[in-house]
Amino acid sequence: MQKMPAWADVVLIPLISLLLAAILSGLVILAIGENPWEALKLMISGSVGSSYAWGYTLYYATNFIFTGLAVAIAFHSRMFNIGGEGQAMLGGLGVAYVCLFIPWPHWSLALIGATAASALFGAAWAALPAYLQARRGSHIVITTIMFNFIAAAFLNYLLVNVLKPMGAMDPATAKFPAPTHLPSLHDILGAFGIPFSKAAPANVALLVAILACVGVWLLVWRTRLGYEIRAFGHSESAAKYAGISPTRIIMLSMLISGGLAGMMAINNVMGEAERLVLNSTEGAGFIGIAVALMGRSHPLGVFLAAILFGILYQGGAELALWTNIPREMIVVIQALVILFTGALDNMVRMPLEKLFLALRRGQTATTAGE
Amino acid sequence: MTFMTKLLGASAALALSAGAALADPAIIFDLGGKFDKSFNESAFAGATRWATETGGTFAEVELQSDAQREQALRRFAEAGNNPIVMAGFGFATALDEVAADYPDTKFVIIDMVVDQPNVRSVVFSEHEGSYLVGMLAAMASKTGTVGFIGGMDIPLIRKFACGYAQGVLAANPDATIIANMTGTTPAAWNDPVKGSELTLAQISQGADVVYAAAGGTGVGVLQTAADSGILSIGVDSNQNYLHPGQVLTSMTKRVDNAVYEAFTAGVDLETGFNVMGLANGGVGYALDENNAALVTADMQAAVDAASAQIASGELVVHDYMSDETCPGLTF
Repeated sequence: MQKMPAWADVVLIPLISLLLAAILSGLVILAIGENPWEALKLMISGSVGSSYAWGYTLYYATNFIFTGLAVAIAFHSRMFNIGGEGQAMLGGLGVAYVCLFIPWPHWSLALIGATAASALFGAAWAALPAYLQARRGSHIVITTIMFNFIAAAFLNYLLVNVLKPMGAMDPATAKFPAPTHLPSLHDILGAFGIPFSKAAPANVALLVAILACVGVWLLVWRTRLGYEIRAFGHSESAAKYAGISPTRIIMLSMLISGGLAGMMAINNVMGEAERLVLNSTEGAGFIGIAVALMGRSHPLGVFLAAILFGILYQGGAELALWTNIPREMIVVIQALVILFTGALDNMVRMPLEKLFLALRRGQTATTAGE
Repeated sequence: MTFMTKLLGASAALALSAGAALADPAIIFDLGGKFDKSFNESAFAGATRWATETGGTFAEVELQSDAQREQALRRFAEAGNNPIVMAGFGFATALDEVAADYPDTKFVIIDMVVDQPNVRSVVFSEHEGSYLVGMLAAMASKTGTVGFIGGMDIPLIRKFACGYAQGVLAANPDATIIANMTGTTPAAWNDPVKGSELTLAQISQGADVVYAAAGGTGVGVLQTAADSGILSIGVDSNQNYLHPGQVLTSMTKRVDNAVYEAFTAGVDLETGFNVMGLANGGVGYALDENNAALVTADMQAAVDAASAQIASGELVVHDYMSDETCPGLTF
């Protein structure tokens, strides 16, 4: 029997968690002598109040959708992929090579090529930890997190010594040629006569991210492989008994996961920066873990959670711009939201379940009494 | 008619003065944050010095992500802040795009050159200052082995290291230079523990003077050097006071002066290319009561002679950035 109606699980619990996080953040802001109400208004208007604000929110959200999906798909086979950060960095390298060294005639072809390259590089970076887990039992959490550092060192080496244009101070590649520049939401919506801010970085990669959500849903719930991944995740021994190869499932789910994380690069590297800079991922790989947790590893949930984190990021940036709240405090606020929605889920869930059970018992008691 | 003109004139004057009141300067700190004990903090110090001296106010923001560079620039420009100073080479690409959209706003970028009519590019000759402290290190060293500890392995830090190595070899051609970088992620700028470990490693290889160009990591380098009884060299701001009598000197890079000058000039800021070197006091070595006993008269005379030669152009210190090679040090 379900303890709670579905709407309570999907809507009520995240809302209450958010509210708790907001109250606590408000107290924190109050404690440093700022007005929490003004701060909240600024965060909301700064993240969803204009097309400019939406442009930034959706740009961040696109990053988080990719990394969130990456973590989510690995979760389905009970693999904890903490390496999204490194896989996304390598994806950026794939995008950089494809954009710099292949003369693309049009952005659409470049996008296809870059998507393939980013997925390939990301998947390749996940392959070794996956193989070590599948064949040698090296724990995936340890290996993927160590691969993040290797990726950072590798990219640092390449950018400082190989890819950087001569004489440039910034350890970054040259700017990608013009035909590889992706149309922003301003260009896309402008074609339909909808005005959208020109300055915001959200771009066509958002549509790819939404397609990826649909693709992951189809894969996990509508294909044989998806069934095998879920079966393996629920019980390895039962899956083995049913003839599912653990090595194959671990490898495939991690390769898909790494590929999705790598694809983030078409948004931040190709769409926004239009060159590969050092540390281009900026922790999006780690945010993906929180996004997947909050979204319950479901593509729709990941999509919504990614938007929420986009709002937090962009709202936080506006807060840093227009108030005296230091940026460390903004990280605290973001952390509180992650803590309440991700880690302290049961704190809200258990009392609510009890409440719903009590309500139901009351109902059955009255119907029995009649 | 005259009344009308007067009225118009008055309202125009009002509008102008309102505009002037809005034109507070703004400063944007790079990802390291304004309290990094180094580059950004020095910029912040310059801004605060201007604010306390003039009683003015300035807008500021610390970046959290790379995508915010353009965002912050545009928001400040649209809000009427003028001039807008940004600390760090990472802003170059964003500024190049934004500057043209706000021709009436003056921008100042530190550590990088952006060729736009309304931009002042301030670059420092870190290699010259590092050359001088390198000479001091070689002269103070008894073992003939000196160390260099950089933050993140980026071209800018190689520029520091390269100038240092040349200075060391100029004072003692037989000297050995051990160079290490702290790391490959931005965390390398704020990892005093790793800085301390690297210092111990260099000491075990015989180094008895260590130069730290590593932001917050340098605090650990200086501490360990002091604990182990060897000499250290600070960077960016004068860090001699951290361990009096145990910090040989500091390579000063006056980012604060660059910011202060920009704020003081205000909207009348002169744009163009601006090199802060030994000749105009942009870089140098720190001498105060904390290290007076460490720098002998001979050492000071030698360094001051070299300084004068560099300032006059007689002596050219090789700049790593010019061809990405370094005589005396391989990376």
